[in-house]
Amino acid sequence: MPTCKYDWPPANERRLIGKRISRIDGPAKSGGRAKYTYDINRPGMLWGKVLRCPYAHAKVKSIDISAANAMPGVKAVRIMADVGKELLWEGAEVAAVAAVSEELAEEAVGKIKVEYEPLPFLVKEEDLSKAEGYTRPPNIRKVGDPHKAFQDPELVVSEGYYGAPVITHCCLESHGNVAEWTGPQSLRVWASTQGVSVIAGEFAEPLGISANNVNIICNYIGGGFGSKFQVDPWAIEAARLAKDAKAPVKLMLERDEELLVAGCRPSAFGKVRVAAQKDGTLVAWKSEVWGTAGPGGTTSPPLPYVLRIPHQDLKYTAVNTNIGPARAWRAPNHPQACVLTMCALDDLAAKLGMDPLDLLMKNADLAPNEVLARTYREELQKAAELTDWKKNWHPRGDKSPGPIKRGMGISMHTWGGNPHNSRCTVTIQPDGSVEVKLGSQDLGTGTRTVINIVVAETLGLPLEAVKVSIGDNRYPPDGASGGSTTVGGVSGSTRRGAVNARDALFAVVAPSLGVQPDQLEAVDGQVRVKGDPSKALSWKQACAKLGVRPIEAQGEQRQGAECKLNDGGVGGVQVADVSVDTETGIVRINRLTAVQDCGLIIDLKTAESQCYGAMIMGICYALYEEKIVDRLTGRMLNPNMEFYKLAGIADVGDLQVHLMTGPGYDERGVIGLGEPPVISPGAAISNAVANAIGVRVPTLPLTPDKVLAALGKV
Amino acid sequence: MNSFEYARPTTEREAIQLLAHKGAEVLAGGTDLLSLMKDDLASPERLVSLKRVRTLRGIQFSTGKGLRIGAMTTLQELADHPDVRQHYAALSQAAIDAGGPQIRAMGTLGGNLLQRPRCWYYRAGYGLLAQKDGKSLVPDGDNRYHAILGNAGPAYFVSPSTLAPLLIALGASVKLLGPKGSRQIELGKLYTIPTSETQREHTIEAGEILTEVLVPYDAQVRSASYEIRQRQGEDWPLAQAAVALRGNGSIRSARVVLGHVAPIPWRSEEAEAELSGKPVSEEVADAAGRAAVSKATPLSMNKHKVQLARVAVKRAILRAAGMQVEGL
Repeated sequence: MPTCKYDWPPANERRLIGKRISRIDGPAKSGGRAKYTYDINRPGMLWGKVLRCPYAHAKVKSIDISAANAMPGVKAVRIMADVGKELLWEGAEVAAVAAVSEELAEEAVGKIKVEYEPLPFLVKEEDLSKAEGYTRPPNIRKVGDPHKAFQDPELVVSEGYYGAPVITHCCLESHGNVAEWTGPQSLRVWASTQGVSVIAGEFAEPLGISANNVNIICNYIGGGFGSKFQVDPWAIEAARLAKDAKAPVKLMLERDEELLVAGCRPSAFGKVRVAAQKDGTLVAWKSEVWGTAGPGGTTSPPLPYVLRIPHQDLKYTAVNTNIGPARAWRAPNHPQACVLTMCALDDLAAKLGMDPLDLLMKNADLAPNEVLARTYREELQKAAELTDWKKNWHPRGDKSPGPIKRGMGISMHTWGGNPHNSRCTVTIQPDGSVEVKLGSQDLGTGTRTVINIVVAETLGLPLEAVKVSIGDNRYPPDGASGGSTTVGGVSGSTRRGAVNARDALFAVVAPSLGVQPDQLEAVDGQVRVKGDPSKALSWKQACAKLGVRPIEAQGEQRQGAECKLNDGGVGGVQVADVSVDTETGIVRINRLTAVQDCGLIIDLKTAESQCYGAMIMGICYALYEEKIVDRLTGRMLNPNMEFYKLAGIADVGDLQVHLMTGPGYDERGVIGLGEPPVISPGAAISNAVANAIGVRVPTLPLTPDKVLAALGKV
Repeated sequence: MNSFEYARPTTEREAIQLLAHKGAEVLAGGTDLLSLMKDDLASPERLVSLKRVRTLRGIQFSTGKGLRIGAMTTLQELADHPDVRQHYAALSQAAIDAGGPQIRAMGTLGGNLLQRPRCWYYRAGYGLLAQKDGKSLVPDGDNRYHAILGNAGPAYFVSPSTLAPLLIALGASVKLLGPKGSRQIELGKLYTIPTSETQREHTIEAGEILTEVLVPYDAQVRSASYEIRQRQGEDWPLAQAAVALRGNGSIRSARVVLGHVAPIPWRSEEAEAELSGKPVSEEVADAAGRAAVSKATPLSMNKHKVQLARVAVKRAILRAAGMQVEGL
């Protein structure tokens, strides 16, 4: 029984929570009625375009905007990089133009004359020996006595080289904004952003206006994945162009710009040694890892991943390169850590002659806490059942005849997913209509739908009886959507807000039913006396008792708030089943299975969809993705969707998702899910390929050239 | 993209007249040319769209005359045509493989044969020969997708058409129309490896248009194309082979043409010789594959393409012979 008034209803009373409910904005999206930032068109709107640096590293020697300025239809031209400015990557902003048409703006950009002084650059970091002068001092850490531990002659030691290159976010809706001045000191921005409530100040400061006077709107966004938190230089410039031109300006990145400058995921390459007893008990770990996040430096992936191996010797070196700035990429640093660890453990299992699932099961107790250890054991068990692992797995190297080899690989991961702070207002009108408002955003994860479910469930109403208003910073502030914090945040605030609104209504209605407010319940569109359904008012009748005064209740999710509605810390196990053509090196996914926990699930369908999306994204970086930057010119060679390859529908195989629910999971409350399922695919697929062909393909993506090289056929 | 004139003639004659203008370019389906224009790699002063020229569309077939395909026939029309499906099944399949539904709906046969290379240095603005300061970037640069045959330089790109190798294997010719009249040449002779930046990768003269493709009919020919693509969906092949085998039982003669391995569709006389007089078997097909790449000169990053080309040839032969091909 609930002991705290905001607690989630017990399982037998949930009508909507945990059910498979289609996202409420699905029809608007699929019918084209949902307006993304890209779709916003304002009266008299101009188009903004940016001139970008064609060098990986250069200094601006001169810049002449006069020809662009003189073009009819060009309304504003602004220099973004003054003479003498050092530019650290290809695509760095140099100047911006606003014109009456997109084509004209593009043409005007081409008329800006810039002289550059090209400077030395580094764009390749996999070969650390060639990165001299670009590395930061290494970070070294030891746990236990790794040196001594590795000397034990009884231990089995596996050594390997693993890695994952820089990839980009490749949002289908590119970064960008529509900026419109609504007064001399007030700005409205339709922004493709992950942080509706938090970015006004970032616009206000450089523009010299008050954050109060910056209105941010984002109702729909076509992907962020961690790359749309900050206010970008081109966003500020759009506002400046709009001010100069006295007209709204739309500035959205082109596809090549999106891939060049709007975010990349840091790389990680490393040599790993790992030692275990003959029964598989892990004893010692040594890793020398390096990677790049562009010019900004980066930190080591969390190694060894998931399992606290007793003795550790860790070295990490950050390399500064001219590949463009990194941004948080869905579960920052975890996919890299997962590849470095889970591939090394898989190779160790092969050396031990052990089933890798057994190796992980045996060492599950090395998880950081008992909840996670138990979760891993249950999830490994479930994954084994779903994939018929014990029957289908074979030791390294498919011995069947013919060029096509089949293999299975396994990996596990972890993530936080604690809630961010969130506030909301729930309004009940005397006519019975209900609205919930908060300055959140739906990244496509189903946030709108989750909010709707929570409020409707709490008020005993159908989904369509609740209006969900998000995507505007005039609503109560919600956190940015990152770190899988949103579902915990918005469900925590809206549950509390809806309970508060409901209780306020009960207080008004109770006298007319002749009971105390705490004897009432809101169920099936009625307000009624608990245990006596005959004493009831319809929702509309109950709300009519409000007279002319609507209820406006607040709800807040913050650390330490009354009643525990959420938690953090999930596991997750994935199994890949692949086929490899050993004559061509082509890898195909037969099936990818995800077993994932995320506490109490609000909407099973959108939760599963998060897993599907993450697994597809995982297949993309496992097999295809790489930001290929040319050693000679310093330029990205694949800033397009032709050679920056993503999986198509035929490439993803059969995706299987199992979410852990029920006792042991539900009572933890809500935990974020957006990131964890994207962590394991790289390692699971790499392990499956190794299992199929008998040798390790060291680095992602698992392209035909690398597979053939591993097979000794190149 | 620059501003340009746009003309929509309705007859071949009118089209030729409109093309007799400096900086005029032919617009077919536009799937390649428009992206070249958007990237400022092509800046025609006048675009002459051939869409309304009815005589350039359509497919006719007879066993006596073979197949005649108007150059403006879309890839989808080509793939769907009952005679093509019945008598040139490999061609129908190759047209489907040439692109996704959008490309097939807009893209034309002529456009497929004459599309520009996908070399990423060319597409980044370094010219067809990918030169910087008079030196090609390809040998020391990222050449993972570049040529392994016919790559003595200065051209290192690969011919992008996947229909050309099969049509050449089938002995196709093309008709060209220009101010000086009409001419017909073997499709294989249409392509050339450019030696300077002012040349193109084909021998069509200024003001000429490709009007039709003629494919002979031979009931004894068994043909197939095999593409090795990393992705199942839209993706450029890493290597492709097309073969046409004549003769039942033992092969009387064979044509083997490779795609995506050289600046032109690459006819392999070595592979053809290997097949001549032999019945198709796994061993014979493998030997032909080896022969096809025996003179390959891979660059620093594309040695794998030698293996892929070899396997593509082997599998294309087996497929043409109706034998089972195991491959992803």
